[in-house]
Amino acid sequence: MNRFRPRGLWGFILRRLLLGIIVLILVSILVFLATQALPEDPARAILGRSATPASLAALRRQLHLDQPVIEQYWTWVTGLLHGNLGTSLAAQEPVSTLLAPKLVNSAVLVALAAVLSIPLSIAIGAYAALKREKAFDQASSNLLLLLAALPEFVVALALVILLATTVSHVLPAVSTVPPGSRPWNNWLALILPTLALVIAVAPYVARIMRASMIEVLESDYVEMARLKGLPERTVLLRHALPNALGPVFQVIALNLAYLAGGIIFIEVVFNYTGVGGAIAEAVVNHDLPVIQALAMLIAAVYVILNLLADVATILVTPKLRTRL
Amino acid sequence: MSQVSSDWVADAEIAPPLPVVRGTSLLRRSLKLWRTRIGLVLVGFIVLLAIVGPYIAPYGPSTPVGAPNSNPSSKAVLGTDYLGQDVLSRVLYGGRSILVMAVVATALGLVVGVAIGLVAAYSRNTLDDILMRGMDVIMALPQILLALVAVAIVGPHAWVIVAAIALTTVPRIARVARGTALPIVERDFIAASEAMGVPRWRIVSGELLPNCLGPLMVEASLRLTYSVALIAGLAFLGLSPNPNGANWGTMIQQNEVVLVVQPWGAAAPIIVIALLTLGTGLIGDGIARTAAGIDRARGEA
Repeated sequence: MNRFRPRGLWGFILRRLLLGIIVLILVSILVFLATQALPEDPARAILGRSATPASLAALRRQLHLDQPVIEQYWTWVTGLLHGNLGTSLAAQEPVSTLLAPKLVNSAVLVALAAVLSIPLSIAIGAYAALKREKAFDQASSNLLLLLAALPEFVVALALVILLATTVSHVLPAVSTVPPGSRPWNNWLALILPTLALVIAVAPYVARIMRASMIEVLESDYVEMARLKGLPERTVLLRHALPNALGPVFQVIALNLAYLAGGIIFIEVVFNYTGVGGAIAEAVVNHDLPVIQALAMLIAAVYVILNLLADVATILVTPKLRTRL
Repeated sequence: MSQVSSDWVADAEIAPPLPVVRGTSLLRRSLKLWRTRIGLVLVGFIVLLAIVGPYIAPYGPSTPVGAPNSNPSSKAVLGTDYLGQDVLSRVLYGGRSILVMAVVATALGLVVGVAIGLVAAYSRNTLDDILMRGMDVIMALPQILLALVAVAIVGPHAWVIVAAIALTTVPRIARVARGTALPIVERDFIAASEAMGVPRWRIVSGELLPNCLGPLMVEASLRLTYSVALIAGLAFLGLSPNPNGANWGTMIQQNEVVLVVQPWGAAAPIIVIALLTLGTGLIGDGIARTAAGIDRARGEA
């Protein structure tokens, strides 16, 4: 089995890339078969009972339902690879033009949340590890545990109640991005969705950072560095922190990948114009091409982020690097 | 909330193989912690509310009792919702379907996931690879996305939602089960059972499973929290078996827009869901801390 195993870091990346591609191919088959496994004729399901035979035939042609299944899959996949994601049934527009601006909006939101939450949670986790079992550690651990247990739509709605409607009204409750506008044109409306995403991600990253930092602080080389008489600052920033970050990358990537799903609820709560809201809408409208495209997109983001997490973990963990 | 397993489970693969703590004793020991007790009280309260709620509700779930969106009064303690139905009564009716679906989905996912994870760990061959790569494919889609795709295709029937959540729970449980079982499979008592000719399925169910219970219980409580969140969340998106029925998620969706006028219609179900997930979260953390404490004590002994 290991005969053709390419070695070294590049070999590892190559192996993981191949695995990712295989996973994506399987997911594409799964998504395709799932949308083909409709209990009734998809054209009729979409058009409803009032459909005329002519409109049914037209829609079947549009969905390529008149071709054999394998040919349908091939048409769909090659379209995907050429950026042709099909035509939205609800909007009668190409899926790519429909989703492109929303993709930008969602990316802005996720990027903003990541930029804020990652340094913040690393700092909280590392500081809690330094002050282990002291007041800050206990307070932050308990708060993070409670925040982690709340579903993201509950967090988002609690923010709306506290800051945008009932209790106080300091921030907008609705964050719709009008067509042609960019999210940052109305940065006030970005605050609450970003905050909700930060709360959804930060607890996990902070907890793993705390655990990892405690392990590193107890290690022999940190004790060695201290015994050598290095200043505490150098010990922490040069010796402890970089080594504690290894396991954290994995959790960060998992959480960012998770945001691809969690963003659905947050965008719906705030009426934010992004892919999450789009998929919720597409489900209600039975807009299969949009659902298929977004499912593949989110799976691709997930696979890529996991790959990056693995590579980053290897790069910052010398022990793993030499074992490749 | 996120899809990440509890921290100490991830360490199971590198930690020395120690735990032989039966599930019940772990539960009993975790009760010494305040967080477990608070969690149990919260979950117990909400479950009781969901079970006896329909019998003590002052009105039916869809009985009109006053003007829409009226504020709390002696007639309707939490006011009325956007259709003039009693908010308190709908909260009391609205938990059953969520809880039943969440428990069934998590239990199904747990049974199948544990079976796949333990078999994969025990087989140590191509079967392991095939099973776990299959799990990777399911894991390549976020839970909510797979549930949405399923609901979009088949419709928001209860069995579709349960099946989708069970299916997405399986690989997450299977990974924990396999990770926990891998070091145990290498231990002498498994080899001894094999030498004595104990059938394989008896080794997996009788020897392997009882030794993996700690991490599995933590993961199960975590999964139950997510299942509750997902089912309530789907209802919040308008995807529940009964679109007008009393359901905490549906209530939030229907009354969210009138938050400024009558906050309780959405706030009451939000609070109930929050208490429930906080409770399961606290119980899971209590068990995890207890198990980690046992491991640490043994490591030092």
